[in-house]
Amino acid sequence: MIQRWLLVAIALLPLVGPTGCRTSAHSARPVRVGSKAFTESVLLGEILRLLALSVGSQAEHRAQLGDTSKTWNGLLVGELDVYVEYTGTLTQEVLARERIRTPEQLDAVLAGYGLRMSRSLGFCNNYALGMRRSQAETRNIRTISDLVQHPDLRIGLSNAFLERADGWNALKAHYRLPFATPRSMEHSVAYQAILQGSLDVLDLYTTDAEILQGDLLVLEDDRRFFPRYEAVLLYRADLEDRLPKVVQTLKRLEGAIDEKTMQQLNNRALQKIPEAKVAADFLAEQLRVDVPVEADSLARRLWRMTGEHVFLVAVSLLAAIVLAIPLGVIAAHRPLIGQLLLALVGGIQTFPALALLSLLILLTNRIGTWPALIALCLYSLLPIVRNTSTGIRDISLNIRESAAALGLSAWDQLWLVELPLASRAILAGIKTAAVINVGFATLGGLIGAGGYGQAILSGLNKNDALLVLEGAIPAVSLALIVQGLFEIVERLVVPRGLRLKPAE
Amino acid sequence: MLELVRVSKTFRGIQAVRPTDLTIPTGQTTVLIGPSGCGKSTLLRLMAGLVQPDSGKVLLQGQQLTPANALQLRRQIGFVVQDGGLFPHLTARDNITLMARRLGWKQQRIHDRLDELLDLTRFPAARLGNFPAQLSGGQRQRVSLMRGLMLDPQLLLLDEPLGALDPLVRSDLQADLRSIFDRLNKTVVLVTHDLGEAGFLGHRLVLLREGAVVQQDTFANLVAQPANDFVRRFIRAQRHPPELSLTDPGADS
Repeated sequence: MIQRWLLVAIALLPLVGPTGCRTSAHSARPVRVGSKAFTESVLLGEILRLLALSVGSQAEHRAQLGDTSKTWNGLLVGELDVYVEYTGTLTQEVLARERIRTPEQLDAVLAGYGLRMSRSLGFCNNYALGMRRSQAETRNIRTISDLVQHPDLRIGLSNAFLERADGWNALKAHYRLPFATPRSMEHSVAYQAILQGSLDVLDLYTTDAEILQGDLLVLEDDRRFFPRYEAVLLYRADLEDRLPKVVQTLKRLEGAIDEKTMQQLNNRALQKIPEAKVAADFLAEQLRVDVPVEADSLARRLWRMTGEHVFLVAVSLLAAIVLAIPLGVIAAHRPLIGQLLLALVGGIQTFPALALLSLLILLTNRIGTWPALIALCLYSLLPIVRNTSTGIRDISLNIRESAAALGLSAWDQLWLVELPLASRAILAGIKTAAVINVGFATLGGLIGAGGYGQAILSGLNKNDALLVLEGAIPAVSLALIVQGLFEIVERLVVPRGLRLKPAE
Repeated sequence: MLELVRVSKTFRGIQAVRPTDLTIPTGQTTVLIGPSGCGKSTLLRLMAGLVQPDSGKVLLQGQQLTPANALQLRRQIGFVVQDGGLFPHLTARDNITLMARRLGWKQQRIHDRLDELLDLTRFPAARLGNFPAQLSGGQRQRVSLMRGLMLDPQLLLLDEPLGALDPLVRSDLQADLRSIFDRLNKTVVLVTHDLGEAGFLGHRLVLLREGAVVQQDTFANLVAQPANDFVRRFIRAQRHPPELSLTDPGADS
């Protein structure tokens, strides 16, 4: 009987919990698609999810998981089945130590990790130089080599491109370009400048939506300087065994998206059309695949994000309370251990959030909810441990001695005297932890744990202030509500005798 | 009743109590007195088992007080501290009856005992529902006394019970305490630094200095036959505050 209840509880867990899981009880594990925290990756993730849905498979998309380390590790530990990766990222960053030269070598190394790679989806997303199309045509420039004949062109470069080892200096040497090295400028500034005509050449990515918007020409890398960042599907080998039909369908994307198409898709997403809609339109037009996309209204998004956010805060806070109060009691009664404990939880507090999240992903072999919950719980410890310990130690000697002298056992002294008297301090600690927690939980968006952070992150990526506010305003409101709730809790929990002013 | 045998206690290299023998007579009030830092409070805590002696032993009705049995034996000891040491989150009634309730006393027994104590201490029953913060200093001390007496202990220990009260309340409560002690006929040990209070309340005074007993006797004998110069000076200082004696031309003669 108990076992049955356990099963039911486990089956329900994904529904009450994290990340808007689209699981259902009747099918096996769904296809889990990942994406990194930039628009193109999210769009491609949506395309993969919809394609998997189109052949009747269950699919979920863990969007915006941060940088490559998150998606790569997610794949390795089996939290993800597939995502779109770039060959350059694999050969130059993730697997740089393997010194891979040929596609065959890359396949072999990936096989060693239990991973497979599709053929190119049809576009590259690497560094390139661009100019106004009109100017390029007038001067008859098509390739980077052509620039050598035009030393009068004004060039503007982003800081990242100037700094990279495979960036400007190497490029300049490779092509013997006749330009002096310019000062770096913000990419968006360079883009505005080139539109106004005060700049002629800038660095960009080959799938930037700006290429379309500004009618720019990407100069051909005719002497093959830039490493190729070819988009490919990267997936777990076991996905092909489990769901061969899904893999087969996803592979319809091979060669199906050229740079121009990707630019258009990016451009549409930048114009605040939901990624799911952009992805569905692409599939309908290019692959003749029709997948109904559920409209995600603001109210529904808010409802979902609020659920996720409250879940993260509530569960982590509860765990922190259960852990921290006993630790605080120990710290109060054993000063030496107390010093150590406080130093330890204080140390956790100063640990950078992103580093902690990355570490927890490695330790737990999971992405999303679990590492987020653990990180939030750890960050909540300090105020509760410290306030519990201080609250107990601040109890006057007279009262402690009286409790001991009455003949109360140590346990009774703790429960009947120390904790009630420290209750106000403990509650203040919990309140601090809760409010901080509401803020910290937005970082959950970085690792796919959902919550308001997801909207904030999307908004930052798309430079969409409204979308940022969609996450930020509810987060602030939630913090205020939490604060208010604790005022009420305080009335219920803190004994009346402690809230009175002395009569004399 | 209570016997201290070669008891000593050192705190961080400072000898609070030098090896001391002391017998507390049953049914009488003994007052520990001396200047601050003389070890009188530590001695009282040794008697209650709140502080463990470095050497020697404390015998309560012939039974040695140890950390293992302190919890049990303390229930035969009432303990009242300066300011009362009341639990601020509990009403006067709950403060008084806390231990009896933990020990599973029946409602009726608690109620009857409470009535006796209210009568004894002249505390208004209507204020039993008040929290310590809603009581006056004198009332708090009465509640603390009731709490100490609730389990009807054989031994009552009081550490400067009147120390924090203003003079008028203090003299009121002094008179009440004496009549209470007389009625109870319990063994009482009281700590004070006030010789007048000691003489008024105590059958027997134990004068301490730097952790050692200097003289123990009745108040009258102590004043009449000081054992040494320290006792003489202690008595004189209490009668004539030094700042007054400066203006008193007769003091030097």
